[in-house]
Amino acid sequence: MNASTPAGETHNSTSRANEPELMVQFRDVSKHFGDLTVLNHLDLDVRTGEKVAIIGPSGSGKSTLLRALMTLEDIDEGVIMVDDEPLTHMPNASGNLVRANARHLRRVRGKVGMVFQSFNLFPHMSTRQNVMEAPVQVLGLSKKEARERAEELLAMVGLEDKLEHYPSQLSGGQQQRVAIARALAMRPKVMLFDEVTSALDPELCGEVLNVIRRLGDAHSLTMLMVTHQMGFAREFADRVCFFNEGRIHEQGTPDELFGSPQETRTQEFLSAVTQAS
Amino acid sequence: MNFFDWEFAWEILPRLLDASLKTIGITIAGFSIAIVLGLFLAVGRRSRHRWLSWPMTGLIEFIRSTPLLIQVYFLFFVLPNYGFNLTALQAGIIGIALHYACYTAEVYRAGLDAVPRAQWEAVTALNMKPLNAYRKVILPQALRPILPALGNYMISMLKDTPVLSAITVVEIMQRAKNIGSEHFRYLEPITMVGLFFLILSLGLAWFVRRLENRMELAR
Repeated sequence: MNASTPAGETHNSTSRANEPELMVQFRDVSKHFGDLTVLNHLDLDVRTGEKVAIIGPSGSGKSTLLRALMTLEDIDEGVIMVDDEPLTHMPNASGNLVRANARHLRRVRGKVGMVFQSFNLFPHMSTRQNVMEAPVQVLGLSKKEARERAEELLAMVGLEDKLEHYPSQLSGGQQQRVAIARALAMRPKVMLFDEVTSALDPELCGEVLNVIRRLGDAHSLTMLMVTHQMGFAREFADRVCFFNEGRIHEQGTPDELFGSPQETRTQEFLSAVTQAS
Repeated sequence: MNFFDWEFAWEILPRLLDASLKTIGITIAGFSIAIVLGLFLAVGRRSRHRWLSWPMTGLIEFIRSTPLLIQVYFLFFVLPNYGFNLTALQAGIIGIALHYACYTAEVYRAGLDAVPRAQWEAVTALNMKPLNAYRKVILPQALRPILPALGNYMISMLKDTPVLSAITVVEIMQRAKNIGSEHFRYLEPITMVGLFFLILSLGLAWFVRRLENRMELAR
């Protein structure tokens, strides 16, 4: 499980000095919904700053992987580590790992941010409030600091003129950009993108992907994205993982995986996807 | 045949109005308690922890399945046997508040259920504490659609306050009965009490409808 490219090394920001080489680690992680196994003894290492695209058929467990990392789903077996700390577990008095309590979860979860397929903005808050709310509540920023941070981020996603708008007044693409700004305002070390363009009209995908592209260039953020946009995955990701039946079936650089997939299942999937588009 | 005696009506009006203040006061106090308590009951009932959700569910179902009259009787006549001495007014307010808390709890529950799960996921992804999440994100969304239903329960509560006359609370109905028995004339006091409830209920209903329209527009 270490077919990753050393892409993170091309960025050499000094702030990275204290950061571990591996930002995210899945260790033998399994998850079942009743009889259905959605994550099957999954191992995955993601290097700090690495951009990983996850592709695969629906029901293969790719979204569950992100949701487990965001602690939206419990896992049944294994451990997930973030930034050298166990996320799903914590050491007890005698040093053994036990299930994380709410407090531990809250602390480690703060390192992860997520953008959802359906945006999930707060409909009763303006764009700016949407971005300000959690930094004030959770990080303890003053209103003024949070407002500055929100306006800066909303400018970065190109929505500086929509600060007072409510989500219902925005297009899907604009809403998704607000959602990205909202997640970034928490300064996560890992960003998760769960099919963030799947709910958008095709002509609106571009503006969202552009924001993600710029994020990738400007930040040393570690990013995991589940996507059906093969073109984007190919161009943006350092590594592509093909998911099938709850585990990584094949992975490699975009050129390797899209150019010369080794496994039959991968070939079938890729040809089905390219035919459809 | 007995006809409505306007002079008598005018004479007893001040006494009825005086008692009507108590009716209004009980409604305001009772409903204020009910909407706060009802929220806690609803949140408790929705809890993932069974030690919390089961007792809440039990209490809500129990209260909603027994008559208010029996509940206030219990508070006023039975509890003193066990050393809990409440005045009639206290027992009345507590009884009616608890009764309606269990109804408003179900309204809250419907409102909370209507907030998409995705909102909870967003709140988790932003690492908000559950209490803040409820206060800032979930409740404001849950409250809007249920305000009319809550308003209607306030009207129901107002109309249920005469039940408290059974435990000697001198609200407007009890005052009317007293006047009736003093003068052997019930037509005027009872009619006037009926009119009082009619006017107040219609007024409240009008207010609730206005609120509803406002909400519709604000959307």
